[in-house]
Amino acid sequence: MKSTFPLFPDSASTLSGHVDALFIVWSLVSLFFTILIAGLIVVLMSRYRRRHPEEVGADERAALWLEVLWSAVPLAIMLAMFAWGTKVFFELYRPPADAVEYTAIGKQWMWKVQHPEGQSEINALHIPVGQPVKIKLASEDVIHSFYIPAFRVKQDAVPGRYTSLWFNPTKPGVYHLFCAEYCGTEHSRMIGSVIVMEPRDYETWMAGGTPGKSMVASGSDLFTSLACATCHRPSPGVTQRGPSLEGVFGSQVKLADGRAVTADDNYVRESILNPLAKVVAGYDPVMPTFQGQVSEEQLTQLIAYVRSLGPTGAAPAGGTGGTPAAGTPAASGVTNPSSAEKDATSPLNTAGQTQGAAQKPPQK
Amino acid sequence: MDTTVARSPILPTPETSFERPNYLNAEYGWKSWLFTLDHKRIALLYLLSVTVFFGLGGTFAGLIRLELLTPEGDLMGPDTYNRVFTMHGIIMVFFFLIPAIPAVLGNFLVPLMIGAKDLAMPRLNLASWYVYNLGGLFTLWAIVNGGVDTGWTFYTPFSTTYSNTYVVPTALGIFITGFSTIFTALNFIVTIHRMRAPGLNWFRLPLFIWSTYATSLIIMLGTPVIAITILLVGAERLLGLGIFNPKLGGDPVLFEHLFWFYSHPAVYIMILPAMGVISELIGHFARKKVFGYRVVAFASVAIAVLGFLVWGHHLFVAGESIYSATVFSVLSMLVAVPSAVKVFNWTATLYEGSISFQTPMLYALGFIGLFTIGGLTGVMVATLGIDPHVHDTYFIVAHFHYVMVGGTIMAYLGGIHYWWPKMTGRLYPGFLSKLSALLVFVGFNLTFFPQFILGYMGMPRRYWSYPPEFQVLNVLSTAGATVLAVGYTLPLCYFAWSIKYGKRSGDNPWGANSLEWDTPSPPPTENFYTTPVVTHGPYEYTREDVHNRTTQEANFG
Repeated sequence: MKSTFPLFPDSASTLSGHVDALFIVWSLVSLFFTILIAGLIVVLMSRYRRRHPEEVGADERAALWLEVLWSAVPLAIMLAMFAWGTKVFFELYRPPADAVEYTAIGKQWMWKVQHPEGQSEINALHIPVGQPVKIKLASEDVIHSFYIPAFRVKQDAVPGRYTSLWFNPTKPGVYHLFCAEYCGTEHSRMIGSVIVMEPRDYETWMAGGTPGKSMVASGSDLFTSLACATCHRPSPGVTQRGPSLEGVFGSQVKLADGRAVTADDNYVRESILNPLAKVVAGYDPVMPTFQGQVSEEQLTQLIAYVRSLGPTGAAPAGGTGGTPAAGTPAASGVTNPSSAEKDATSPLNTAGQTQGAAQKPPQK
Repeated sequence: MDTTVARSPILPTPETSFERPNYLNAEYGWKSWLFTLDHKRIALLYLLSVTVFFGLGGTFAGLIRLELLTPEGDLMGPDTYNRVFTMHGIIMVFFFLIPAIPAVLGNFLVPLMIGAKDLAMPRLNLASWYVYNLGGLFTLWAIVNGGVDTGWTFYTPFSTTYSNTYVVPTALGIFITGFSTIFTALNFIVTIHRMRAPGLNWFRLPLFIWSTYATSLIIMLGTPVIAITILLVGAERLLGLGIFNPKLGGDPVLFEHLFWFYSHPAVYIMILPAMGVISELIGHFARKKVFGYRVVAFASVAIAVLGFLVWGHHLFVAGESIYSATVFSVLSMLVAVPSAVKVFNWTATLYEGSISFQTPMLYALGFIGLFTIGGLTGVMVATLGIDPHVHDTYFIVAHFHYVMVGGTIMAYLGGIHYWWPKMTGRLYPGFLSKLSALLVFVGFNLTFFPQFILGYMGMPRRYWSYPPEFQVLNVLSTAGATVLAVGYTLPLCYFAWSIKYGKRSGDNPWGANSLEWDTPSPPPTENFYTTPVVTHGPYEYTREDVHNRTTQEANFG
């Protein structure tokens, strides 16, 4: 499939062509100026070469208009390219609403990828062609960087927070997956393949694997086994020690210090690992930390579960998180602009933990 | 000598000038060198030190290119390779590129170019050389003991928690060496303010002085930030204080901000003095006032100031918000304007000039071509839509080598070739030196141009092994590195040879008219027999001026 001496990378996503166009135009502009400068130097060199050892150059003929010209022209070109480049960049980093979210966790020295349905793979990512995919990134240890050259996308996986990237593959095939941020001994072997398949082949591949529990189901199990439910599950007549998590995800949460934050991936993550950092208004700072007790993988499962309780309709918008409208804080300290859409399906409304396992994320 | 005539030219007495008392024959013995307070001798001490480090860094570069000749990692293990590219980066950046032009050429030339007897603080100047070497010894000690494998960027939490190598001794070496650059910068700023010769106002200063001044400002303001950052890395690594490691409550991206807040301006510490050298070479070898002198001078200051506002362009894919990325992108483009203006002004200087193609000028012209490519690709990677794809690939490696090697090292070598007769009173072989300029130019392009293509193809940097389809371009790159190595070794040989066997240059082999050529070559310890009085700007040539000054066949070799 691959030629032995290619000079240009595969172009296999909806946006790779946009990046290439920007790159090619910039290269032509650069080529023009390089040839202009080099050509001028060669011409002036031969025209004004010293013909006598004591010859001197002419007096300077200062020309302010020239200085202005060659400041303004590069500036104008750069600002135009800046505008174009920023447009492409925003496209690259703002996933569409229908992107399916996969999770990739970097650790020295491999990528562990999890499908929303629960399948997991090491150093490989199978995806159907034509389906927008959002990859949520986390790291177990040091900074890694998730890089698929054929899609022209790259994003660092930074320990302690979530980042994400997205793409929409257009061409079936096998593409490189690299770790681009130096991460230690086997950095150059932290590589894998992205396998883009026709939807039919993808279905076959999915059916062939051993289906694990879905992210949400695993998260629900953890929610019980880590005893999160003791405080975070409402039961009538008992004063709750922690806020109910129902409908929280994606909404604005009012904090004890008066601030309000959006309950996104990074907020839920922080609340698990460092619970006292942002305490919800109306509750005492009593939650213990789970730092060291849950792995990155378990964290993403827990978050997937918490998300499944919330108004996910607004969910995976942008790298900066959803921005629901602000509302009046409810008694629980939580406003939930769209809870009405979802509450009927929430597992917390029904008794029993097995319900959680039946929950599936919205599938496309 | 007539003391009332401004800038009286030295009589052409090439046969006798070398025997006159000068800074080289004023004293003899190792003590006269190790305890010297003469800025010219300290410059030569620095020349020796940075050459040793350049050789070491170059050897590591050679090992990298050899390993990458084949896709499999076969020459050395991955741990060794990681140490090799780390040491290459650390040595080249902190122990060669940053000190090279300021500490060698700057030390030698700043007092000579402004008509002063020495730098304002000679003891501080000598101390800076000792501090530099002390820092270097720490780093060498770390190398001998097994090296460090974090990359020159020391990204956390890898450097603070996960690396099992000599991070702290190496970082301490950089910390210590930072003080030597601060000493030098402080000395330059005070000297340029306080010790200019009578009549030498700011707009009669050679452009090299302007760029050295701008560089010194960056060093003074930026170096403390890297020093603090290194201390924080040490505190986390040794004491377990949570600063950068999220498992201890820290933030790894904070390190990236702190690191690049210094290390991006550090790029301008490396390139601004080089631009100063090029302005000198273009002006003097075209025997014409540098076009738009004031614009070029202020462009240096503009680069120094704007350079502090662009560090975030290293973090476009590091989790920085897309809005701050937008701000850093546009600021990065603004800093490219003064650089572009300089290139156009140098080119315009050639118009109606009297251009001679001696070796220093060949290096200068090579600089303009390579720096143009380095600068343009720099603006490309500052463009938000392109950076995510090429970030941390060989495209970046190629880009910054075009600026650092194609720019700074070309200018450094051009400068050494230009001022070598001033430093030693000797000429070097003309043909060999022109050959070396050609080899460096060709070898450089062959080494680094293929890396642009590799980078856009997606080959990540710091890879010990790579997919086989990248091999052809890597072989080209390694072949180029071989040519480059020959190009760099040649000057080392003929310069060493010329110290003893080179033809006497006389005082002014170029017929140049700036202050440093108004005194014998090599200069006396006190630089000038009488304090020069300056009546006009630099690069203002007249025919009789040149006739009176030229002491040697102008087109030697």
